[in-house]
Amino acid sequence: MQLTMEGLSYRVGAAEYLYPLDLRLVPGAVTVLLGATQAGKTSLMRLMAGLDKPSGGRVSVDGIDVTGVPVRQRKVSMVYQQFINYPSMSVFDNIASPLKLRGGLDAAAVRAQVQALAERLHIEMHLTKLPAQLSGGQQQRVALARALAKAAPLMLLDEPLVNLDYKLREELREELAQLFAAGESTVVYATTEPAEALLLGGHTAVLDAGELLQYGPTAEVFHRPASLRVARAFSDPPMNLLAGQSSGERIDLGSGLALALRAPAGSVTVGVRANALRLQQRPGDIALAGAVELAEISGSDTFVHVKSAVGPLVAQLGGVHYFELGTPLTLYLDGAQTYVFDAQGLLLLAPERGAPK
Amino acid sequence: MARIDLDLAHSYRPNPQQDNDYALLPLKMSFADGGAYALLGPSGCGKTTMLNIISGLVQPSQGTVSFDGRDVTALSPQQRNIAQVFQFPVIYDTMTVAENLAFPLKNRGVPADRIKARVGRIAEMLELSGQLNQRAAGLAADAKQKISLGRGLVREDVSAVLFDEPLTVIDPHLKWQLRRKLKQIHHELKLTLIYVTHDQVEALTFAEKIVVMSQGRAVQVGSADQLFERPQHQFVGHFIGSPGMNFLPARWQAGVLTVAGQDLRLDAPGLAAHPTLTLGVRPEYVTLAAPGDANAVRARVARVQDVGTYWLVSAALGEQTVRLRLPAEAMPPAEGSEIGLQLLGAHTCFYGADERLIEEARA
Repeated sequence: MQLTMEGLSYRVGAAEYLYPLDLRLVPGAVTVLLGATQAGKTSLMRLMAGLDKPSGGRVSVDGIDVTGVPVRQRKVSMVYQQFINYPSMSVFDNIASPLKLRGGLDAAAVRAQVQALAERLHIEMHLTKLPAQLSGGQQQRVALARALAKAAPLMLLDEPLVNLDYKLREELREELAQLFAAGESTVVYATTEPAEALLLGGHTAVLDAGELLQYGPTAEVFHRPASLRVARAFSDPPMNLLAGQSSGERIDLGSGLALALRAPAGSVTVGVRANALRLQQRPGDIALAGAVELAEISGSDTFVHVKSAVGPLVAQLGGVHYFELGTPLTLYLDGAQTYVFDAQGLLLLAPERGAPK
Repeated sequence: MARIDLDLAHSYRPNPQQDNDYALLPLKMSFADGGAYALLGPSGCGKTTMLNIISGLVQPSQGTVSFDGRDVTALSPQQRNIAQVFQFPVIYDTMTVAENLAFPLKNRGVPADRIKARVGRIAEMLELSGQLNQRAAGLAADAKQKISLGRGLVREDVSAVLFDEPLTVIDPHLKWQLRRKLKQIHHELKLTLIYVTHDQVEALTFAEKIVVMSQGRAVQVGSADQLFERPQHQFVGHFIGSPGMNFLPARWQAGVLTVAGQDLRLDAPGLAAHPTLTLGVRPEYVTLAAPGDANAVRARVARVQDVGTYWLVSAALGEQTVRLRLPAEAMPPAEGSEIGLQLLGAHTCFYGADERLIEEARA
């Protein structure tokens, strides 16, 4: 289904929860709403569902204006952070209920679908229990199974995995991504985690302080953030930001360092992702000398915090590296791997990317 | 500050008969004075039970808890001089930030000038100095959690500070800053810190020693690199790392390792004694090769995902899937193409029928 929002805004009293936004969701695909807590993700989802009426603007489904049409009359399923199940029905009956309501399936077919969904979400051993007998994470999976069983044209999931441990979250995200791809619903999935958006793929809408900043294919939004605000919201670890002055031919970073990049003359902000900083020098690199303030080992990566002449930097190095606090360390950077934003914070330059053939 | 020794087991049931009945199977564990530890594991593994036993909120059904050799099993958290930080901020909304931080010290009759100095120092470490005179009620969730953290850290004489998933409600961007602060705080204050989490990145970046737990057992205790590079048990290889270790059933005989029906040369006589063998290799250590390369297996690229700071390639190796990570600036292979995979290297591990690491094998 084609869900379109035009000039949509939401205000409660004097507080603007959502500034007027235009958004056309890609039908049948996954759209991730990415933003910090209180960025407006839940407000936007509630407007999409019809749980709240917008203060301004329109919501249309397949070209028909549904603004103000309450949720009961819209074909939507929603999974909240605070999961909701029928407390007096078994897990099996909870998942079966939307299937039965849809009609057209005999008892054996219902059983088979419930079993299949329960297995995908790793709750098949709990089918005879009541929701209250399950852990929070398990109850959330029952709610997810119900939403998937309903197979509504629009599925809204508000940080559905946030209460699960990280490994289960990783496994279920994979399962969900496959279930979404196999189904025909338009899925909207809210999260605060950039890595989750990237792993889900699809399209991402970046929200910040009630504003929609950018909407596009997820990897594209990540690699070409339209503004500093998007870059800040869509980076983990945070992007290193350096003040620079562009002459038109090069960008001066101070302390004798410059990047051979052409940007319109004026003040600029240079953005360097943590993984663009290296320990090995390559021809053409600039050298950022500094001292180690902290090293965090996470197994697959080591995050080194370095105090340098151009400011504090965080580098993401692959593998395990041990550093003594205070040791001098030079990080190397290829200027072509930087982002350049103008004085208003808008993107001027982004690194070129190779794509798989 | 105290050295903490555990020699106990715990069941929430009156008459435990089998392993399933125990929340914590019999264990012996020591936490050195001034160390930073993480208890890491999935929901239900027993980490929170262990933390609650250390704090005194729960008494173990068998065995003892000792602080500096003294049996404290029957003592309450206050009597044990423990400070705790929970998942949700525990603060007084009507007090200011400064008053909140000072409260644990005021309660113990610490002189006013020392309170001021200590509160100032903790506030500075947590970047709350600018908000000391603000009422807690009006602050954002992460600031409130910082106050909660500060209250846990403000007393200099605590036996230990225990954290129960303290960053769960914090946004990733701020989590990053707080993690870093906790590490700096540990360096500066030298308190014994014990941190429960299900998030491996938090555990590995924060702790000097991580206790990986599963189903009531401590499966491995070690530093971040030990857990990452030499997992003693398949569970550790699986749980640590996102995605976790690749596991492939294998057979070894007379210098030949067979994986997914393909033969590789491997001189590892220590494997001869293990008819049930599993090869474990992390996605970070699988390398891409040409399909015909010596001692590489042939596989087909099933999926390529752009994860921003790296590529995640999923390759089909017979019925199995092998995942590998490529750096962001690499050119990944196309989906559907044939590739070679180098599975054998210094970081490849072998596991026996009991899922434990076979020490005598070196790839």
